[in-house]
Amino acid sequence: MKLFDISQLHQLLLDRFDDSRITAVVSEAVDPWVEVAPAAIHEVCLFLRDEAGLRFDHLNDLTAIDWFEPDPKKAKSFGHEPHLEVVYHLSSYEHLHSTVIKVRLPRWKDDIAGQPPEIPTVSTVWGIADWHEREAWDLMGIHFVGHANLRRILCPEDWVGHPLRKDYEFPLEYHGIRGG
Amino acid sequence: MSMQIEDPRVVEFDVRTDEMLVNMGPQHPSTHGVLRLLLRTDGEIVNEVTPHIGYLHRCAEKIGENLATPQWIPYTDRMDYLAAMNMNLGLSLTVEKLIGLELPPKAVEQRVVIAELGRIASHLVGMGAYGLDLGTFSPFLYAFREREIILDLFEEACGARLTYSYLTIGGATHPLPEEITIPPGLAALTRKSPSTRMRWKDAVLLFLEWLEPRIEEYHTLLTRNQIFIKRTAGLGELSREAAISYGCTGPVLRGSGVDHDLRRDGEPIYTDMYKDYDFKVIVAPFEEAPPEVVLGDNWCRFYVRMLEVIESISLVRQSLEKYDQAEGTTRVPYKMSTKLPKDECYLETECPRGQMGFYLVGNGQAEPLRLRAKSSCFCNLSVTKQLCEGYLLADVPSIVGSLDIVMGEIDR
Repeated sequence: MKLFDISQLHQLLLDRFDDSRITAVVSEAVDPWVEVAPAAIHEVCLFLRDEAGLRFDHLNDLTAIDWFEPDPKKAKSFGHEPHLEVVYHLSSYEHLHSTVIKVRLPRWKDDIAGQPPEIPTVSTVWGIADWHEREAWDLMGIHFVGHANLRRILCPEDWVGHPLRKDYEFPLEYHGIRGG
Repeated sequence: MSMQIEDPRVVEFDVRTDEMLVNMGPQHPSTHGVLRLLLRTDGEIVNEVTPHIGYLHRCAEKIGENLATPQWIPYTDRMDYLAAMNMNLGLSLTVEKLIGLELPPKAVEQRVVIAELGRIASHLVGMGAYGLDLGTFSPFLYAFREREIILDLFEEACGARLTYSYLTIGGATHPLPEEITIPPGLAALTRKSPSTRMRWKDAVLLFLEWLEPRIEEYHTLLTRNQIFIKRTAGLGELSREAAISYGCTGPVLRGSGVDHDLRRDGEPIYTDMYKDYDFKVIVAPFEEAPPEVVLGDNWCRFYVRMLEVIESISLVRQSLEKYDQAEGTTRVPYKMSTKLPKDECYLETECPRGQMGFYLVGNGQAEPLRLRAKSSCFCNLSVTKQLCEGYLLADVPSIVGSLDIVMGEIDR
């Protein structure tokens, strides 16, 4: 398994899609990545899966990161604008190469706290994305538009909030069970 | 209008059973922990399966954001508690990949010894528990008898029997032990005096020598047993395409005929550990399979695990040899307060149950900004819905059991 050359992948994607949809490339990282606009993720993933030279047929992992520092004292040195990132780790059984695709999302849709940000689902591209997206919804509060069954998967159905958000407050009580 | 019945058989065949919702679990013994399956059945036929998970959810990933990475190693033990050593290894390698830490050869060989012994122990439980799912008790007892000795050997190495935290960032907490008193189980099985002193390495070799011919016995007991074949062959067929799309890995993937093992095909930091080793990747279909077997069924998945035990036995023998000759120490110091770079990396390793991935995002602190554990069983379990539909209710434990899941890893 080797990393697919990131500048080559970036170029391939730019040739196919325009730069309003392929927004950035970061090559100075242990695992470099290409950043894609949220609205384009489904078609980009289909392209990555089906293009003969790429064939990323295995979605290793789909997860999200909350770039946010809840402590106002540390927020200055944090060095990142508050945002969410959805990360797709892909690999190919045929060519034995791997890559990373990222999508940048606002923490809340239209900056209204409590409104989950939206991104098209890729569960029609890879079957496993179904459960990974449910997990990302459950723990990170990202709404995958077009997902057939976007329910909580690890937390109980009536759980409030999304635990992996950095500003999540742990409930003091759940159905009479004390916590915290 | 009254209906006239001309042929009484029509009525007999027109009788419909009510659809019934059956709850299997979360305390059902054949669900391997706290898994709840909601089955919609029509008589004995299962029409729909909905797995409900999360009963063991501890949000280990959130805990990981508040700890330095070495402190999180014990949490990986408690994910896949049947292959805790392999889980330790996965996280350690991920951190080493991120900070670019290189290990001396001795530490690397030690990891191979431990990881492959862990794989044997895990597959033994997989085999025993699968027998139990299908209603035979003896293989379970034999499997646990064998596993007990591996646990004793691990106990000599690190003091723990289940949650080891032995392999850690920069190597292992201790080197392999020199001389030990023979584990009581091994002494009994090999008719040696319980007070025999021997080298740890020799105890392992003695055990492997004893274990290897036993595998053939398990084949007689299970693999080639007609009842076992009837209950596994041709059931729960998983096609190659579905296995890839649903992200199945490990024995489940190889049982469906995909030739992929991260020990050979993984990232360099992981494959380098195994580059001088001679082993083969076990992939279905098998020539020696009974005629009822089809590619990707329960029997194939089970058989892949059994053959992997043989490969692991050979790997442990080779690695013990290399460990003795290798130079250097078994640990590179890694301070708890080491700050992670502002970078990120993802690494998957071949755990007994599939490809376990760790994703680590550093932000200049000792605690990572995000620590994600991608569970292999989580992906393997997600395919249950497709596997069980249309089969009999009694086949559900057989199909779920063949995936060999550990709920601690799925729920994290």
